[in-house]
Formats: sequence, C-alpha cells, structure tokens
Amino acid sequence: MAMLEVKKVSMFFGGLAALSNVSFEVQQGDILALIGPNGAGKTTLFNCINGFYKPSLGEVLFKGQRISGLKPHQICRQGVARTFQVVKPLSRMDVFDNVLASAFLRNPTRGAAEKVVDEVLEFTGLEEDRHVISKGLPLGKRKRLEIARAMATQPEMILLDESFAGLNPTELDVSIEIIKGIKKKGVTIMIIEHHMKVIMSISDHIVVLNYGQQIAEGAPLEIGQNPLVVEAYLGEASGA
Amino acid sequence: MKKLLPLIILGALAVLPLVGLNTYIMHVIILAVMWTMAGIAWNLLGGYCGQVSFGHAAFFGMGAYTAGLLMHHFGISPWWGLVVSIPIVAVVSLLMGLVVLRLRGPYFVLATLAIGEVLRITCENLTPLTNGTLGIMITRTWVEKTPYYYIILALAALAFVAIRMIIASRWGYYFVAVREDQDAAESLGINTTLYKTIALAVSAVITGLAGAFYTTYMGYIDPQVVFSLGEISILIIMVVMVGGVATQWGPAVGAVIMVLLAEVIRSIPRLGTAYQTLFGILLIVIIIYLPNGLVGDFHKIRRIFRKGAA
Repeated sequence: MAMLEVKKVSMFFGGLAALSNVSFEVQQGDILALIGPNGAGKTTLFNCINGFYKPSLGEVLFKGQRISGLKPHQICRQGVARTFQVVKPLSRMDVFDNVLASAFLRNPTRGAAEKVVDEVLEFTGLEEDRHVISKGLPLGKRKRLEIARAMATQPEMILLDESFAGLNPTELDVSIEIIKGIKKKGVTIMIIEHHMKVIMSISDHIVVLNYGQQIAEGAPLEIGQNPLVVEAYLGEASGA
Repeated sequence: MKKLLPLIILGALAVLPLVGLNTYIMHVIILAVMWTMAGIAWNLLGGYCGQVSFGHAAFFGMGAYTAGLLMHHFGISPWWGLVVSIPIVAVVSLLMGLVVLRLRGPYFVLATLAIGEVLRITCENLTPLTNGTLGIMITRTWVEKTPYYYIILALAALAFVAIRMIIASRWGYYFVAVREDQDAAESLGINTTLYKTIALAVSAVITGLAGAFYTTYMGYIDPQVVFSLGEISILIIMVVMVGGVATQWGPAVGAVIMVLLAEVIRSIPRLGTAYQTLFGILLIVIIIYLPNGLVGDFHKIRRIFRKGAA
C-alpha cells in the first residue's frame, strides 16, 4: 500500500522552480531515500510534504487523503512527523521536557505522556541525558533528540532530514541502528541523506533529485548504476 | 518545605494587616500585590510563551474602565467590573490576537505597543462614553485599606495558582515550545496559533482584573494613567524583567522591588521627578548583569555574596 503519494509536485519561488513535476510513492513500512546534490530541492520537498509550503502545483496524499494545504500541526496529527537538518531543539528545556512536549500530542494526560517519553528515550539511547538542557548536548545527540521528538508524536511515517550529517563513525552506527529500529516498529521512513554507504545499506527505494527534477527512481542497486545519477554526482565532484 | 513555601508566604501575608501598619505602608503593599498579579499575567504570555507585549496597558485600562463605566453610566457597583471585565477583555484580546499573533518577534512587539496607544487615544477622545481626559471618579467602598488588601491578595493568589497549574500542564509545555522554536513546535503537532491565542487571552483577562481592582481601590481613573505606556505597559515588563522572566516567583519579587523603588525615588526631592530615567538605568543594568532577573539568576547573586564574604 502506498503510504505517501507525491503527485506532480512543483514548487516555485518567484521564477525559480525549486521542484518541478516530482512524482513518486512511498510504500508502507519501507525506507525511501531522497538523494541528490546540494540545492537539488530535497528539503523543499520535505517542506511541501510536512506543510511548511503548499506546493505551487500538484498534491501530496497521505494514506489516500490529500494533505497538501493543511497546516504542519494538522499533518503531524495525521501521523507524519519530521526532523530538521538544522536541528531545532527547544534549547532551554531539558531532553525529557523536549520529548514530553511532543508526547502530549496523542497523550493529553501527563502520566501517559511521560511513559511514552521513557520509551522513546530508551529507544534512542538518550535516557542518561534526560536532565541535560538540550542546548548543551553534542551535535550527535541533538540529531538523535530530533528523532526522539518526532517519534514521541507516535507517527506512522517519519521524515528524516540529514540525521547522519556531521556524525562521527560511532554515532553513525548508533543512528543506523535507531533507523532500523524505527522500521521494525512498522513506521514508514523517508530520509534525506548524503552518506551513500548508509543509503545503499538501509534503503528499500531511492529517489534522485537534481535541480528540482526527478532524474531517477528505483532500488539501490539500479540507482548505483544509473548513468544519470553517476553524472549528477561525478559532475559535481569534478567541478569541486 | 519547598512545596509549602507558597502556603507559608500566603499565611504570612494574610496576617500582615494584624501587625497594625500605617495606611501609607498598607497602600504600598496593596500596590505591590496588584503589580505582582499583573506581572504574573504578563509573564505567562511574555515569559513562558515568548510573545513580548508592550501593550498590556490595553487590558489593564479595559478592566479599569469596565469597572469605572459601570458606575459612571449605570450606577452599578464597580466591584461588578471584576466580573464583567472577564468576558469583555477576553473577547477584545481574541480579536486583537487575530491581528497581532500573525506577527513574529519585533513586529509583534510593535503591534501590541500600537494597540495600547490606540486604545489610550480612543479613550481620551470618546468623551461621551469615557468622559475623556477628565477621567472617571467613583466613591470608594471603604476608607480603610485592609478589605482592599485581602481582595487583591486573594485575586493575586488565585492568579498565581492558576498560572502555576497551567505551566505544569500540557498547555505550559506548548507555550514554552512556541517560545523556543515556533517552526519546530508547529511540526511537532502543536497548533501554535491556538496556543498563542490562549496565552494571550488568559494573560489579558488577569491583567484586566488587576485593572478593575485598580479602579475600585483608587477611586479615580483617567486614560493617561490606566492606558499609560510608561506607567503600565513598560512597568509590567520591568516587574517581570527585574524579578525573573519565566520564573514562578519573579513577578512577585519584581513587583515588590519596583513599587518600593518608585516610592523611595519619588520621595527624594528634585531627583524624584526623574524616577523613570532611573528605572531605565536599572533596566539596562539588570539586562547586562542579571538577564534572567533576580530570581532566575539567584545563583549568580549568591556567588557574588559568597565571594564578598570570603
């Protein structure tokens, strides 16, 4: 079953087409990776799905229902959570309270919400840092806190925006395990990532964007051999 | 012990008039309690929810005028103003919210400042309704201060408890989430517009109650006093800034200090007229050295004193 359908989505900023005519589906329980060079429109697409932007053309369906045009908090309530590439912790709150603020979404009473927080903190390996003010966390843990907050909204689908960027190898392994754990829970995942080794090993399906155009789509192995994708990446590399 | 602290303080305040203080001191205490209540209200919106308002005089004045006009036009006891002000201030604040809560940061600040001033000017010129700059005079219910003291103490205690409960609840977490990062809050399923509106309405109603009390207590109001930018809107902010933004006890500490300071400075010959200048300097010093206020930066103050002792 298609959990999320992106249908002919275009997004214009003035005369610039940040996304043009992007269409794909995310199957329930899958990990779909969204890759492409910097400025390809990956985060813009996330913003179109999560409601920060309303697509200029096209629509986004979640479980068959149109969600484009809804506000971000409504889309989150429907079951789509997201993380931010530039982490946005509630800086002056400690880790526990950060996650608690999200857990209240589906658990209005404090007792029930706190139980969810405990589970999520254990799941993301942050239980030792529960009383740390989030501003003081190292980047790796702040990235994990983003995931923890998103998971505390008990989503059916989660959008992860570069959750691996800037992590050291140890942190990277921890995060990969967390992503696999999320998949095991049956949550559908869409992930933006540059780390190709990670992408190839965890994703079920890959969509490639370049300059707002969808240049390829398919299983990891096909994508690795697709001449257009290789050109998009190598072209960038030779220019650098 | 810490849990009992509010009760102990309330108990001490409740027996305070029995000590037999003179009327001037009672007057100063009543003002301090009233400003505590207003500060508690501002702190909810400005401190916890992060929406800094420079226009709380709008709500204070509306509460004050609700009480005053009931007496002036209909001969109804101004004490009813406390009750009637609640729906009036709530509705007006919701309408205001529709406009100002779309704005963020400095734009929100400027919009609230403008609304406060617009209401003052309207009130000054709507002479048939408000008696204009002549203001409204009512007869006070009691000559002695004690009954007023108990009434404002009860109101402030209620406000304190209500805000304390809100802050510990889901609403409180949502308010702080909005303050810390509105986009993050929104994408975590928090209807930021709704919760900002709730914070604004609750804050406005409590401020309005303080205003209605002001009319019944002082017996005279005019637009330049109750809608004043400097004497109300900014003083509320100073109370909270000096005491401690987004702290439970900050407004109370700030109110006591500001009211005492105002009285002391005003009583100094010549320098007294410049008390607002001195307030300005105080605010600058507080922002530089104790950005979290006396309560929020208490550990810093304690460290300084320890160093001094050693």
